[in-house]
Amino acid sequence: MSNLNINPQDSAVTDLDTAFKPDCAQMRQTPVQAEAGQAPRAESPLYHADLASMAAKGPLEGGVQLQELSLLGHLVIRGSLDNPAFVDGFAQVMGFALPGKLASVEQGDASVRWIAPDEWLLVVPGNEAFELEGRLRELMAGHFSIVNVSGGQTILQLSGPDAVKVLKKSTGYDLHDRNFPVGKVVTTTFAKTQAVIRRLDAQQWELVIRRSFADYVWLWLQDASAEYGLIVRG
Amino acid sequence: MFLIYCPHCEEHREEEEFHAKGQAHIARPLDPDNCTDEEWAQFLYFRDNPRGLHHELWVHASGCRKFFNITRDTQSYEIKETYKVGEQPGVTAAKSA
Repeated sequence: MSNLNINPQDSAVTDLDTAFKPDCAQMRQTPVQAEAGQAPRAESPLYHADLASMAAKGPLEGGVQLQELSLLGHLVIRGSLDNPAFVDGFAQVMGFALPGKLASVEQGDASVRWIAPDEWLLVVPGNEAFELEGRLRELMAGHFSIVNVSGGQTILQLSGPDAVKVLKKSTGYDLHDRNFPVGKVVTTTFAKTQAVIRRLDAQQWELVIRRSFADYVWLWLQDASAEYGLIVRG
Repeated sequence: MFLIYCPHCEEHREEEEFHAKGQAHIARPLDPDNCTDEEWAQFLYFRDNPRGLHHELWVHASGCRKFFNITRDTQSYEIKETYKVGEQPGVTAAKSA
């Protein structure tokens, strides 16, 4: 059975599909085996780098720690702040409001980042994205868009006393505390590609990067953090 | 380091995040079916190339990906102002003359 249900009434409906009735095409990105209780086969964009075994044999001391938050559910949510049905629908489902300019909100497993005046990136655990998208579609109205881009990007977390030095080599954006407080989100150039940079903590940063650039960024970060010592977390 | 103010992000950002997209305020013909060839050609191909103030369309390509306008001096490269699409420039050749 295809994962793409244009009209759930017309096709064989699984248990999960009856939980809500999307009135538009919505893609379930969870492998079918996962629904049947088997281990899913899914590869993050950095699967080939095998970060888990690098973490096991790598150095235990260094100024920079790197961890991939792989296979999360990424939803790009677009709509106008002038549309109360869009704004209230989001708040009703998530329990918090959409963040303002260059800001982010994190609550429990979910986090949302401001990307543009009419665009946000919502990240949730991978197996929740499909149903959450359905709930958002149910409660939002008017002109809006939700796209599941989970397969298109991944998240890297950089932390440690020297993490900011690695970032300073990689982007022209001002990372000083005065300009980049905890919680701020900036989409900017990173190495020779782009990243959504968010500050999680005084010494902790998050990068949302494109799948096709994941290997490049991984190689770049290894090189940039070599002088401080890179600890990979599996 | 050359910074450009994005009116959507409301911040100064690095020049390399932006792309120029040509002359701003080019209105599409209201009645395209009844345009002459000359009117179409003017709309599609003919652009101003002033020495001095120029209103240009730019995009914050690596940032919020929104389009906005810049009033720029083509002689000194000085950016006089940036403003959102749909707004009118505050600095014009007529005003500064």
